[in-house]
Amino acid sequence: MQNDAVLTMRGISKTFPGTRALDRVDFTLRRGEIHALMGENGAGKSTLIKVLTGVYEKDGGSIWVDGTEGEAHIHSPQDAQQIGISTVYQEITLCPNLTVAENMFIGRSEGAVVRWKDYEKKATAILKNLGIPARARQELSSCSLAVQQMVAIARAVDMNCKVLILDEPTSSLDDKEVEMLFSLMRDLKSRGVGIIFVTHFLEQVYEVSDRITVLRNGQLVGEFAVEDLPQVELVAKMMGKNLNDLEDMQLAGQKHEAGEEVIYQAEGLSSSDSRPFDFQIRKGEVNGFTGLLGSGRSESVRAIFGADRVTGGKVRVRGKETRITKPHDAMKAGIGYLPEDRKKDGIIADLSVRENIILAMQVMKGFFHPMSRAQMEAFADEYINALSIKTASRETPVGSLSGGNQQKVILARWLLTHPDYLILDEPTRGIDVGTKLEIQKLVLRLAAEENMSITFISSEIEEMLRTCSRLIVMRDRNIVGELTGDQLTQAQVMKTIAGGEQGV
Amino acid sequence: MTGAKPKTKSKTIKSGGLGQLLIPLTALAILVLFNLIRDPAFFSIEMATNNSGNSVLSGNLISIIDSASALAIISMGMTLVTAACGGQDISVGAVGAIAGSFFVKVIKAGDTITAGSVILGMLACILATIAFMLFNGTLVAYFRIQPMIATLILFSCGRSIAYWINGSATPQLNSPIIQAMGMTIPGIPIPTPIFAVALVGLILWLVFRFTNLRLYTQSVGINQGAARLNGINPPAVKLLSFALLGVCVAVAAVIGVSRLGQLNHKTLLVDIEMDAILAVAIGGNNLGGGKFRLVGSVLGAYIIQMLTTTLYAMNVAPVNVKAYKAIVIIIIVVAGSPVIKSRLTAMVNRFRAGRVAAAGKGAE
Repeated sequence: MQNDAVLTMRGISKTFPGTRALDRVDFTLRRGEIHALMGENGAGKSTLIKVLTGVYEKDGGSIWVDGTEGEAHIHSPQDAQQIGISTVYQEITLCPNLTVAENMFIGRSEGAVVRWKDYEKKATAILKNLGIPARARQELSSCSLAVQQMVAIARAVDMNCKVLILDEPTSSLDDKEVEMLFSLMRDLKSRGVGIIFVTHFLEQVYEVSDRITVLRNGQLVGEFAVEDLPQVELVAKMMGKNLNDLEDMQLAGQKHEAGEEVIYQAEGLSSSDSRPFDFQIRKGEVNGFTGLLGSGRSESVRAIFGADRVTGGKVRVRGKETRITKPHDAMKAGIGYLPEDRKKDGIIADLSVRENIILAMQVMKGFFHPMSRAQMEAFADEYINALSIKTASRETPVGSLSGGNQQKVILARWLLTHPDYLILDEPTRGIDVGTKLEIQKLVLRLAAEENMSITFISSEIEEMLRTCSRLIVMRDRNIVGELTGDQLTQAQVMKTIAGGEQGV
Repeated sequence: MTGAKPKTKSKTIKSGGLGQLLIPLTALAILVLFNLIRDPAFFSIEMATNNSGNSVLSGNLISIIDSASALAIISMGMTLVTAACGGQDISVGAVGAIAGSFFVKVIKAGDTITAGSVILGMLACILATIAFMLFNGTLVAYFRIQPMIATLILFSCGRSIAYWINGSATPQLNSPIIQAMGMTIPGIPIPTPIFAVALVGLILWLVFRFTNLRLYTQSVGINQGAARLNGINPPAVKLLSFALLGVCVAVAAVIGVSRLGQLNHKTLLVDIEMDAILAVAIGGNNLGGGKFRLVGSVLGAYIIQMLTTTLYAMNVAPVNVKAYKAIVIIIIVVAGSPVIKSRLTAMVNRFRAGRVAAAGKGAE
């Protein structure tokens, strides 16, 4: 069976100052298989991929690639590409204002003369062959995100890649697009390409993968055939816990009854990006906005926080009419907001964990009232401990933390301001199972113990059903339903999203 | 056998810490060393009597620190604008000429030059310069024009405006007060501009100490979208950085005018914008905005001045000075580039690892 291997990694080690990112990890990829690489944030997945693609130099171990004599020496991404290892990242790394064909062939011309006509023909053939719904002369930015990703894959495949690495390819795709991507992956698999699939979506792993390798704390947990590893066991292996522990973490029955007082109420609130809507939340209530991507759920909460330009509507906070036109107004009214796009809107990457944690509180204190260094450090330490944020020190730049820990830092930032009403937009996106559960538990605890009102948005309906006592359903930028109590089932949510008029 | 465990140190060169100052400090040390070898007496300081009969300290070192004053002050302001806006103001020289003109105009309005009229002139000069800098700032902060383009306007027309204000080529200011400001105060042997640098530095230090200017500026420079969602007003922070640059330019202009006792709108602070940007860069600050250290930029300013003085002391012809300066600057800038920095870090780490391994073997 080993003869089948297109890629063999043995004893790979990599140490960063202060942490051992990879400790003698083995990984084998066979011809024509989809191999999921799983692990929590910080388990070493990204480091392993980066060693393989030449972004990092490994400290120890060996890599063999089919078709290359002896050990493969990968010192740069170009080396990796030359021996047939290609990566398609979560963020599209192509040029959006060039055409599809240009994107597929840019940087690959031989000689000085570039014959775009030929390339367009070739591109058309490849697109057709792989069943990608794009035209060669179309500008890339006019394609959907999924198609852009598929173009990136087509480019990689056409460069004769033997090992294709897909790093979180589905995180910004909707279900239909994911299906499209999967059929492309299956097609490539049948052509003998080995695919490494990195994702946080467990269901997707089981839908397409043949084999799973699990990493934890930089060490190999094991390699499993998909059929031998039930989903719940996979989760347990990723978290390093056994099944009983996991059941303890189930949250059922922990929901808490909201109080009577209305904390926040909006009438006909609208912004540059959202249509007028009515909304209210009571003290200690956890509710959620649900709907497909683009249904307007994020835009609605952004309007509440004043993140987009507010164009109309009446807002009452604790019964008192309040003008909220910019984030600072909302903060003064006791509202906190954890944005959907953590990198773009959340973290200040080059600043330290400490500065990121105290930022919102510091701004609320005002420009002329800086906190003392000791006070900042005390607050930072308190929340690093309370949320068990994994960081080398409180002075580490937040950008170098893993995604889940960055999210916890932003969460800490808002918890520190002790808001009455906290909006969490996709707080669990792109983070590992363990942290997800932690955040859900935290939400329920804040509502129950501190009477905080919380709006929780997530793409995973199960998660919202577990935490929210009221779900506001949106479709095409309008609120189309509100579900409470017995109506809070997956089937009912789906029905309401899909267009049944129940639950209104 | 209990082998002594070697202690592992793991330090890396990072920006923001002392690491940022590594390159400028090294460059300064090499320049000092070079001069000492070339001429051991280069840095000697002695008491001398100047034209007006005061005893003052003189020597190359004093002259370097003194001559770099205007540049050092403008570099500090330039650092703030760079950090907040991710771009540079190229109009500081031209606006400096305007600032000098306001200074002279207000003083000349009175019959005699008195302490009162000089203070009034300085106030007018500072206010006018802030106003002109807010013009730049508005274009950058509210109209989101790239700083270099926005400030190109005053860069082009600033010296014409300066000429219109006084309507003559080189108005003179003959007064012991002006002389004391530009050279030395009788009884104090250290040139006054050096005190001006210290004063501006102290004021900015106090501002950083008692406000959130550093946190706000860095946040806006790194990620203004996120800064806004945390309640910061990014355009206001950018405007503030331009206003502070305005104060710095005004002080530098007053120094420039006082030093000569006259205003020449064509030569006052001429070409200083490029040296100021260079000082910010040599100081290890990211020209794309974000984290910054004022000390770095001030060091940068002194490095540039020491380089010039060194070249003149070596009898390099004035025409050639700029070419030699360029060569040295290439070396400093390349040494501070991310590529070389990461190589250096890797080398240092490998060296340490090697020593640790050797120590480990020795212990067994």
